[in-house]
Amino acid sequence: MSARPHTTGYRGDRLWLAAMVHRVSGVLLAAFLPLHFLVLGLAIRGEAELDGFLQWTKSPLVKFAEIGLVLLLAIHLLGGIRVLVIENMPWRDGQKRMATLAAVAAVGIAGVFLVALL
Amino acid sequence: MSSAAETMIDVRVWRGGEEGEYQSFSVPRRDSQTVLDVVTWIQRNADPTLAYRFACRVGVCGSCAMTVNGRPRWTCRTHVSKVVEDGRLEIGPLANLPVIRDLAADMSPFFDKWQKAEGTFVPSRTRHEPLETISPESAERQAADAAIECINCGVCYAACDTVRWSPEYFGPAALNRSWSLVNDVRDAGNLKRLAAAASNGGCHNCHSHQSCEQLCPKGLNPTASIAGLKRRTMQAYIRGEIS
Repeated sequence: MSARPHTTGYRGDRLWLAAMVHRVSGVLLAAFLPLHFLVLGLAIRGEAELDGFLQWTKSPLVKFAEIGLVLLLAIHLLGGIRVLVIENMPWRDGQKRMATLAAVAAVGIAGVFLVALL
Repeated sequence: MSSAAETMIDVRVWRGGEEGEYQSFSVPRRDSQTVLDVVTWIQRNADPTLAYRFACRVGVCGSCAMTVNGRPRWTCRTHVSKVVEDGRLEIGPLANLPVIRDLAADMSPFFDKWQKAEGTFVPSRTRHEPLETISPESAERQAADAAIECINCGVCYAACDTVRWSPEYFGPAALNRSWSLVNDVRDAGNLKRLAAAASNGGCHNCHSHQSCEQLCPKGLNPTASIAGLKRRTMQAYIRGEIS
């Protein structure tokens, strides 16, 4: 005898994934934001300290990591617009297509950023 | 008729209540066989104590929904050929509802939430007044039409992560019903209904995963109805009609 297992076979659909990607990107951005403010806070402690950190951010690895940040921002913004349209405008069918479009556009934006970096 | 050469399906069926276990049965494969046929075969030929629920067997009554290979389905209209995986079927009671026994889920919370969502028609005329004439082409009638074919099977409720995560949430079917009535020009209960839709268990919980639309056996789109309620409750709030 054991507890009834959770049956979640309906998960993994494109729109379910879109909601999860939107949520996870939001959590990651929220985790990044305090670090961002911490860096800005360095300005209070002096010009040299901030400049020193900004110099570090110009290293190729950090620049490359920024692409991930751009992707997160684009995905969360476009996913958020999709949700706002669903909730505030008359219903439109084809939400799977809209979710795919948002994902492709977000990757495209990150791609443009990558090309600009190279 | 059974023969040694016939193809068999390996069927695992949930036995017990919230605590229990899957029990295996070997069921003969038939042409055009539905999942409900499989369950009925087990009850009639292997174990008469198996508890399950059905009535019409033709997709009208909405009483035979169960979890089949991880997804909620109306079993009377679900062909085995569509859902069988490697000759195996796993059948359990609907998720997100208490279990009475075996495959019979307790639908009480589901229908209690219809009441909480004010899913009851409130007439605006008495029986002594003439019937209201409603054009089938009117926008309100068409909007109501999108939601009225619900058979209350509970598939959407069992497929909803928001129901799973928020026990207070009314769920797709109750809010779909609410949207039908909001668009019913004969109804006089909209303010109370919109207040219920905007309450803690209401439409604003929905994350628009659209699992309800994906699995609704009648092809309805409760997510669209809930989105309509979100807009209508927002308008009512701005106008000061609900708080």
